[in-house]
Amino acid sequence: MNQSRRTTLRQGAVVAGLLLSTGLFPQYAQAFNAKAFEAKSLADVLKALGAGAPTESKDVTVAGPDIAENGAVVPLGASTALPGVKQLLVLVEKNPSVLVAAFNMTDGVDSNVSTRAKMGQSSDVYAVAVMNDGKVLFAKKEVKVTLGGCGG
Amino acid sequence: MADPMRIRAQAAGGNATVRVLMAHEMETGQRKDASGKTIPAWHITEVTATHNGKSVLTAEWGPAVAKNPFLQFTIKGAKAGDKVAITWKDNKGDSRTDEATVS
Repeated sequence: MNQSRRTTLRQGAVVAGLLLSTGLFPQYAQAFNAKAFEAKSLADVLKALGAGAPTESKDVTVAGPDIAENGAVVPLGASTALPGVKQLLVLVEKNPSVLVAAFNMTDGVDSNVSTRAKMGQSSDVYAVAVMNDGKVLFAKKEVKVTLGGCGG
Repeated sequence: MADPMRIRAQAAGGNATVRVLMAHEMETGQRKDASGKTIPAWHITEVTATHNGKSVLTAEWGPAVAKNPFLQFTIKGAKAGDKVAITWKDNKGDSRTDEATVS
């Protein structure tokens, strides 16, 4: 009885150690942040990400069409010429899931990302730059959608 | 597993523009199928890009990213011959890595 309990405990520790070493627990503090993706507004997303209050800025650009013909595939991008960007976020205000994507930048890449998103309806699109010094800058652009992209 | 990603990495003026097209359904979890049941969310949650083995970009994606997601970004200081690898993980635990060389 004692024997098997001891070996079980030891094996448990070994398994835990193995799990840690496989990198299932990410080194950077940001694992998939489900709260941020469930937030329903720009302010809530930023709160979930631990960022401060946003300020509109001419130095951040939202790239996107004025009218998106197909709401299921809308090319959207976020960029800024400013140095010291920690994160670039793309948000679609009227989506059931407001936060589309969060990009964690490093010195190895330009602060310029593009992807394609689904938009349920015409809405404002926000590009947000969270800076290393804690400042949060954003820009917004209205994108009209003629055919919604959520399968509705 | 999913189909391979298409990765194009082109060097231009000391940087490389990388374009990736991933094959993934990206279900939002909002759609209902013919019998009225909600199709569960199935989408990529994390993307990592490495340049010669060093992580240069990570991203967290929600269900709003379009099906067969596209991603474009620019790696600084890349030249022809460098290796770019893209890895994605989805909310079901699947993952996929594909590699390309900067041309």
